[in-house]
Amino acid sequence: MGLLSRRATCNTHGQDSSYFQGWQEYKKNPYNEVNNPNGIIQMGLAENQLCLDLLEPWLMKNPDALGLKRDGISIFKELALFQDYNGFPAFKRALVDFMGEIRGNKVSFDPNHVVLTAGATSANETLMFCLADQGDAFLLPTPYYPGFDRDLRWRTGVEIVPIHCTSSNGFKVTLPAIEQAYRQAQKRKLRVKGVLITNPSNPLGTTMARDELYLLINFIEDKQIHLISDEIYAGTVFTSPSFVSVMEVLKDRNLDQTQVWERVHIVYSLSKDLGLPGFRVGAIYSNDPVVVSAAIKMSSFGLVSSQTQYLLSAMLFDKKFTKEYMSENHKRLQKQQKDLVSGLEKAGIRCLDSNAGLFCWVDMRHLLKSNTFEAEMELWQKIVYHVKINISPGSSCHCIEPGWFRVCFANMLESTLKLAIQRLKSFVSSIAMKSQSHQELKSLRRKARNNWVSRLSLQSFYDREQDTTTEVSFSYRPHFMSLSNIAATLDAAA
Amino acid sequence: MLSSKASCNSHGQDSSYFLGWQLYENNPFHEVENPTGIIQMGLAENQLSFDLVESWLRKNPDVMELKKGGESVFRELAFFQDYHGLPTFKNELVEYMAKIRGNKVKFDPNNLVLAAGATSANETLIFCLADPGEAILLPTPYYPGFDRDLKWRTGVEIVPVHCWSSNGFRITMFALEEAYERAQKLNLKVKGVLITNPSNPLGTTMTKEELDHLITFAVAKNIHVISDEVFSGTVFDSPGFISILEAAMDRNLENTDVWSRIHIVYSLSKDLGLPGFRVGMIYSNNKTVVGASTKMSSFGLVSSQTQYLLTNVLASKRFTSKYMKENQKRLKKRKEMLVSGLKKSGIECLKSNAGLFCWVDMRHLLSSNTLEAETKLWNQMVCDVGLNISPGSSFHCSEPGWFRVCFANMSRGTLQVAMRRIKDFVERSNFMGRIKMNYQQNMSSLSRKLLSNWVRKLSSPDPNEHER
Repeated sequence: MGLLSRRATCNTHGQDSSYFQGWQEYKKNPYNEVNNPNGIIQMGLAENQLCLDLLEPWLMKNPDALGLKRDGISIFKELALFQDYNGFPAFKRALVDFMGEIRGNKVSFDPNHVVLTAGATSANETLMFCLADQGDAFLLPTPYYPGFDRDLRWRTGVEIVPIHCTSSNGFKVTLPAIEQAYRQAQKRKLRVKGVLITNPSNPLGTTMARDELYLLINFIEDKQIHLISDEIYAGTVFTSPSFVSVMEVLKDRNLDQTQVWERVHIVYSLSKDLGLPGFRVGAIYSNDPVVVSAAIKMSSFGLVSSQTQYLLSAMLFDKKFTKEYMSENHKRLQKQQKDLVSGLEKAGIRCLDSNAGLFCWVDMRHLLKSNTFEAEMELWQKIVYHVKINISPGSSCHCIEPGWFRVCFANMLESTLKLAIQRLKSFVSSIAMKSQSHQELKSLRRKARNNWVSRLSLQSFYDREQDTTTEVSFSYRPHFMSLSNIAATLDAAA
Repeated sequence: MLSSKASCNSHGQDSSYFLGWQLYENNPFHEVENPTGIIQMGLAENQLSFDLVESWLRKNPDVMELKKGGESVFRELAFFQDYHGLPTFKNELVEYMAKIRGNKVKFDPNNLVLAAGATSANETLIFCLADPGEAILLPTPYYPGFDRDLKWRTGVEIVPVHCWSSNGFRITMFALEEAYERAQKLNLKVKGVLITNPSNPLGTTMTKEELDHLITFAVAKNIHVISDEVFSGTVFDSPGFISILEAAMDRNLENTDVWSRIHIVYSLSKDLGLPGFRVGMIYSNNKTVVGASTKMSSFGLVSSQTQYLLTNVLASKRFTSKYMKENQKRLKKRKEMLVSGLKKSGIECLKSNAGLFCWVDMRHLLSSNTLEAETKLWNQMVCDVGLNISPGSSFHCSEPGWFRVCFANMSRGTLQVAMRRIKDFVERSNFMGRIKMNYQQNMSSLSRKLLSNWVRKLSSPDPNEHER
């Protein structure tokens, strides 16, 4: 038995994965337009940095929010003492209104069902602690966010069983895939407690279709398990089809007063939509009062700073501001995504058709030396170390097809994005050239070999013929080169 | 359907400690609006020195506005989610922590891990040091929240180290060994001892002797020591505060194994009175523990907005010196007010030099030396007297009749009301007690008379019998 716990000494935290390694490489040599123009461009970080210029003026116009004042009077003391795990009531009210707005007000949320947590990281782990015991399992469609390996499993002891999705249907979740995963869990003697989806998807950047959501709801109804819908990217849906929350689908099917209603839980956060990951604002939403109650107590381990709750309650209450913000946010995300997609297309690289998120799911299968994960790693290393762009390999997201990469676009200036695309274009061209010369070399080698073989056979033919005829012209006398000479010539030409 | 954690009650929130809070919340005292409401004396908060912090903030408006030299740093902070924490914040924290310890210990910011409050820090440390089913020894009485913080999600057990009033609840080697043996009998592998120094609920700082016992014990058993020092800045009287690291340094243990088995938990909730901002931390000389707990802190990071604010507050050395001095003065005065007020009612407190509460001896008010009697008294205190104080049993105290009474979370006026109420209660109890005693004495004397008359009658013929 060790001096420390198994948790402290194992690597279930998953931070040895390439997803995190890429970040570390970036940190050692970060790109800066002025100070380090040859550094690594960070395209492995799903952050929304496009709209801070909208938040700053709001803060200036509303000094009380940061100044912890109400009508000009300091409420510092009140906030400094506020550690109620039920959360700042005004903040929860503002938050549910905002969540409703994002869903086109097709769903309304009750602030009493919200549990505030220090980020979605905390929310997801807390939900696991509430819904599953050590050794139980959750099914997750692949590809999925690498952080889940740590968030859902590390301290909870819960297992993840992947639901394999493939490019054949745009990585959509299918019934056979879910059932396969369930059977796999049973084979491993794991009790499945639920399914966790990310909608919109990270890393795909797509929203789930209604039929996918129906499928999932039918499945959890049938198996009597939970469904967690991590909807932290709900506010980043920038084009059609529009976002459909799992809650909306439940309502459409009149399931709001049934048992399954209490087994569907949502995770949300302000890190992606509002671009405020540093402030650590996450939330669990559940219709199950027991889950809400347990999660609230557990939130003691990761409460949101009251200083931050106050600031954001003021911001979210300003409905005019949030509406304008969301509209502009979508526009900018869409533009940046289009720039990335078209830029990559010019380099002969295609992306999965996407309508949300802060990243694209990029198809680089054709750039692999072979259809293997080793080849994917090799390509990834080249891109990080030589092309100097940190992108996230599909294997770190548990994708079962090698060659897919998640490339983020919302955490940089337009100029940086252009530069990144340029670097990738050059890289792809160089591969193409190498590939072409490789092909030419291969073709030359083939020709030379064929010539040699035919010369040998011709020679013997001639030799044979010499005995029979005197009319052979000796004008054709092939220039006989030794094989090593041929090889040396071809190498020099490569 | 749900996990066992969600459906059990290891969160411990059905304990009287938390029930009292709920009762208070249903009927909270307010000088003007609800003068007969329940006074909250069960909440260890420091509300005495806000004016000092507020005045500093007024003079430094840039800090709240997230500006540096007039320029907004909002962007940088909005994105800052590095679990290593804001470097400047950690630098200031370690200096502040050293200051509290009279600069007798120096801390390395690279060994500091930020967490969303000491609640998060304690749980994270246990996750790092112990596996489910293993145990941590805790001297009693201890903070009720530990039952949730250390056990609930970690699956680790607490085995109490019993301390007694006979020696002022000091930790003895005997008590430590006894607890260890008890753990072994229960087949629990002990991974460490967790102490709170200064103690909650005792309000006392540990003596050098106690710290030496703990270190010797940890060396002998090859286990960890966690020293929860959240109240270290509330030491208002002698003897001064000795941190466990100082005790270890005095014994030249810095280059030995045990040095990497000593860990400190700290927070700004008690000293600076900022529980709402969720600033806690772990300090450890063990690189693996620092590495693992840093990753775990992802589950409870401190808001960057708050890190920035407090970096600047702590950077003002003049302010922190002034604050510490004045804060301690006010705590001392308020404690003395409570102690003398209780004394007037014939109630003694354990002699204390730190914390935001007193450990109050109400054993003489119990109807019997039992837990039931303590609970009955507690009910009376909350419901009849209107004071939410915390019964010793909720702190796992082995002797009934002790209560923790907080003094730093209310105004002088409110404390005076509380003292009056206790006095009235005690006088009533004494009065009723005297009447009862008299009644009992009278009754017993009367019944004795009647009984002896009857016996006499039975035993000798009554000359007047034919007249009945």
